[in-house]
Amino acid sequence: MDAAVRVRAHQPGADIALIERALNVQDAPNSEQFVCVGDEIPTEGEEGFLRGHGTQVVDGKLVATVCGLVQRVNKLIYVKTLNSRYNAEQGDVVVGRVADVAGKAWRVDLKSRQEAKLLLSAVHLPGGIQRRRNAEDELNMRAFFREGELISAEVQSVHGDGSVALHTRSAKYGKLVCGQLVEVPPNLIKRQKQHFHTIEALGVELIIGCNGLVWVAPLRPDRAAASADGGAGAGADGDADGAEPPPPPPPSRVQLEVVCRLSNAIRVLTRLYMHVYPAAVLAVYEAAADNGVALRDMLEPEFLEAVAAQEAQRRGSAMQE
Amino acid sequence: MGNTKVLAAVFGPHAVTRRSEQRSAEEGAIMVCEYAMAAFSTSERRRRGKGDRRSTELSMAIRNTLEQAVMTELLPRSQIDVYVQVLQADGGTRCAAINAAVLALAAAGVPLRDLVASVAAGHLDGTPLLDLNYTEDSGGGPDLAVALAPRLDRLVLVQMDSRLPVDTFQTVLELAREGCKTISGIMRAKLLEHTQRLAVARGLVGGGQG
Repeated sequence: MDAAVRVRAHQPGADIALIERALNVQDAPNSEQFVCVGDEIPTEGEEGFLRGHGTQVVDGKLVATVCGLVQRVNKLIYVKTLNSRYNAEQGDVVVGRVADVAGKAWRVDLKSRQEAKLLLSAVHLPGGIQRRRNAEDELNMRAFFREGELISAEVQSVHGDGSVALHTRSAKYGKLVCGQLVEVPPNLIKRQKQHFHTIEALGVELIIGCNGLVWVAPLRPDRAAASADGGAGAGADGDADGAEPPPPPPPSRVQLEVVCRLSNAIRVLTRLYMHVYPAAVLAVYEAAADNGVALRDMLEPEFLEAVAAQEAQRRGSAMQE
Repeated sequence: MGNTKVLAAVFGPHAVTRRSEQRSAEEGAIMVCEYAMAAFSTSERRRRGKGDRRSTELSMAIRNTLEQAVMTELLPRSQIDVYVQVLQADGGTRCAAINAAVLALAAAGVPLRDLVASVAAGHLDGTPLLDLNYTEDSGGGPDLAVALAPRLDRLVLVQMDSRLPVDTFQTVLELAREGCKTISGIMRAKLLEHTQRLAVARGLVGGGQG
């Protein structure tokens, strides 16, 4: 048996180099699309262009304020950054941590520019009762979410100054327990129709938050039922001590391993700066399972290289079609 | 820059940590800068706290420079933390710190007005010098730290502790300006390369197939 702890020298940029080698890139393509801070964006022949994000007008010329790719949609010109904090958009599914209980709202940390607010009136009351929230509900707010707990929610609205209002008005949103959280740069996450995924074959649920937090947890069929029961005692008759839902049965070792393997698959994708979406995560998961890569070897350079090669092949075949 | 090595880290923009510092929506983001020198950064090992006068002054100079570079009005009610650590000091640490911080901000996708670059210039034995190293710096001549926004051709920082005749000052300042432009060019090239590498890894451009 080899040593429990392996020490490797830190090589900055080694992971990018890996995928570059797999893609067989000698030097980065020099394209007009890329701009850097302070670069002028050519606007010849485009009268009356619209100034988008990441640009400013100096002396009648369009100048980039961020590094990234120039995108043109009709007359709108904007610069897409490749690495930035999460920018909330209405309808995004997000995963966040409750930072604070303040008055009628929870403050939720979304890893965004500002903390988001989840109003008491924007949560689903147990049993789906529709009524105004009174002072008693306000006192019992901790029965729903306490500080430090993870929740999934949807962005209800984004205000002009960038502050965000959330809502959990659906049974699928709510508290997250017994699982693993993986942090991913938000730019690596694609906005999709579906952000809740249940992988029946593995017995795992996956929530890919648009803000770069990904939740991996063993599937619990009783989840919806449990949260409804637990909240009922608190919200309806104001009985705070009966609020905790019964603890779910602890997941088995096999289940936990699957969860860890999936989380590691997501980490592998992050290391290689590749998009995180269910198909990609599962592809990495299967590659690891097929080749018998041990759980802890998944983040080793050898496996990263194999994944990079796989990705290069996939892109190559996509080009031919 | 030479033998000077600096590490810069940017955290944020994030929510303001101290509620009392919260500004109104019109005023924009708060910049928080911290400059520190590692104990092993100079030839003599010396324990330096982050609270000493020198580093407080330099943190302030860096903050003032960055506040003019960042488009703070786009990020109301937020805070950007910049931590700069000098790993190896060989003169011109404040300029290297500013350059590193600007690069870090640009790489973090924070909107910037311009790619501000900074360099020190001096005057020793009748010769104007650019980017002084430690030996040149300790020669006792004047030390002029300059930061320049190259596109607007505007100086955002000019710092000098000693006296200098006006005409010599002009030549030294001109030299520093040229130096800033050169450094900004190098920074731009590096950032562009970094962006391209990221884009290739992400498969955003088709040109990746060799």
